Amino acid sequence: MSDHNYTPSSKFGKWFNDRLPLLTLANHLTDYPTPKNLNYWWTFGGILTFCLITQIITGLVLAMHYIAHADLAFSSVEHIMRDVNYGWLIRYIHANGASMFFLAVYIHIFRSLFYGSYKAPREIIWILGIMIYLLMMAAAFMGYVLPWGQMSFWGATVITNLFSAIPLVGESITTWLWGGYSVDNPTLTRFFTLHYLIPFLILGLVVLHIWALHVPGNNNPVGIDIQKPSKDTVPFHPYIVIKDLFALLLFMIVFAFFVFYSPNILGHADNYIEANPLVTPAHIVPEWYLLPFYAILRSIPDKLLGVVAMLSAIFILAALPWLDTSKVRSAVFRPLYKQFYWILVIDVLILGYVGAMPAEGLYLLIARVATAYYFLHFLLILPILGKIEKTTPLPLSITSPVLGGSADLAMAKNTDVRKEKL
Amino acid sequence: MSDEKKPNRRDFIFTATAAVGAVGAGAAAWPLIDQMNPDASVKALASTEVDVSSLQPGQSVTVLWRGKPVFIKRRTENEINEARNVNISDLKHPEKDEDRAKKPEWLVMLGVCTHLGCVPLGDKGEYGGWFCPCHGSHYDTSGRIRKGPAPTNLEIPKYEFVNSNTIKIG
Repeated sequence: MSDHNYTPSSKFGKWFNDRLPLLTLANHLTDYPTPKNLNYWWTFGGILTFCLITQIITGLVLAMHYIAHADLAFSSVEHIMRDVNYGWLIRYIHANGASMFFLAVYIHIFRSLFYGSYKAPREIIWILGIMIYLLMMAAAFMGYVLPWGQMSFWGATVITNLFSAIPLVGESITTWLWGGYSVDNPTLTRFFTLHYLIPFLILGLVVLHIWALHVPGNNNPVGIDIQKPSKDTVPFHPYIVIKDLFALLLFMIVFAFFVFYSPNILGHADNYIEANPLVTPAHIVPEWYLLPFYAILRSIPDKLLGVVAMLSAIFILAALPWLDTSKVRSAVFRPLYKQFYWILVIDVLILGYVGAMPAEGLYLLIARVATAYYFLHFLLILPILGKIEKTTPLPLSITSPVLGGSADLAMAKNTDVRKEKL
Repeated sequence: MSDEKKPNRRDFIFTATAAVGAVGAGAAAWPLIDQMNPDASVKALASTEVDVSSLQPGQSVTVLWRGKPVFIKRRTENEINEARNVNISDLKHPEKDEDRAKKPEWLVMLGVCTHLGCVPLGDKGEYGGWFCPCHGSHYDTSGRIRKGPAPTNLEIPKYEFVNSNTIKIG
């Protein structure tokens, strides 16, 4: 890219930049050429950055008032809600912020799936993204344990018990995770420590994620490479910055709706009852963003296989760039993939729904079918589809469909232009 | 680079250094890993004594031992018969009731579902024993898994009768 020969205009700037090229970096980020056809689905990267920073800032503030001890955690959270100045606001932003974070990440992931953003040469960006997603789930789970309510305690018990499914060493691993023979104070303190650490690990991965993105540049809705940077791209600032900010504003309206009008709608009433190791709540459900995986776990009647299936459902995503054999990135030009894409979306929504329902009768049957289809999509449909699907013609450049309407027309025009040049 | 492919003295030194380094790093890491295991104060709370004289047949009590609930159930004749008249080969985790209850009347077991650790509810489920509300495991009157995702029977902790009215768990 063109920023290697950037020279700051001021004398001090030049002196500083020769010693630490921060201004070169800033210049690269402002001028970064971005495909000019990016739609609003591409604004979620910026929204996610906002979510991460919001969680880190509100989390730091909450940690100033929270006490990580089994006897005090529950009342310290109530203390934050009732006594600390604006404590209710900060906690509600943090708690709903987790949900907003996942909402944004799911849109971001499904945007990638639709436009094939995980394909070569962007596999590393994708895998870093999956690692961020995994860490997000770990952070969200541990954060949910900290208020030490009934759902906190029993959620922690169920999830840590997943490790006991490992043959031979499972029990020892679970005891090691707990620091005792059940979820108790040692578990709470270590979860707090890790909950505090993970966002900074995510931040580091986000830097790598963006770095890896800036090597090939953004994918775009037509999914073809940039032909002529001067025609096909716009500089990141101000074009994308303003667009991202506008999208962020709309996102913050949704966020504010939850925080101010229904701050507890995404949580469970049981978590306002202090943890009691003698009584399990009648119906344990994880937070909404983990429900599809929970449904997969419960759909398998064997403990070890259930855990294996649930983890595979996540890790299979990392192999996606190699499971999808189609060379065409964007679903816009893949008539069959487009349909399977929407079936997958519906499948995941169904899994989320049955994950919230009791695991019996019809719900269990639906969960099993949906689980089977989920794996079928990645392991069978995608590899085969890439071989047999007849894709529609790709435009010659990002600019041509914008200026010339249909792909065919644009191709014709492009040839004309080339002829003229000759 | 020399043409020789045979490991030379320098290769040996590299390998030996790396090996010593790896052992040293492992030894240094162990305290950092082991500190997460149950500490001395947790291990010290190893046993609990429970007075069961007030329990009538059919009643049960739940006590906390090592942070986990323990069910102590004084079973009725019916429940004992039901537990003992089961065809052992039908069970997912075959165990005789005789091996699970030292005295037929008294069933002492961990109230922790062997699936994912919830506390099962008493006098519920299709086998008249316990039912775990989390993922639907049914246990019989001997605490044996009969239906659902749990892989094994409810665990029997180490316990003994100190006298006819007192049970010591742990």
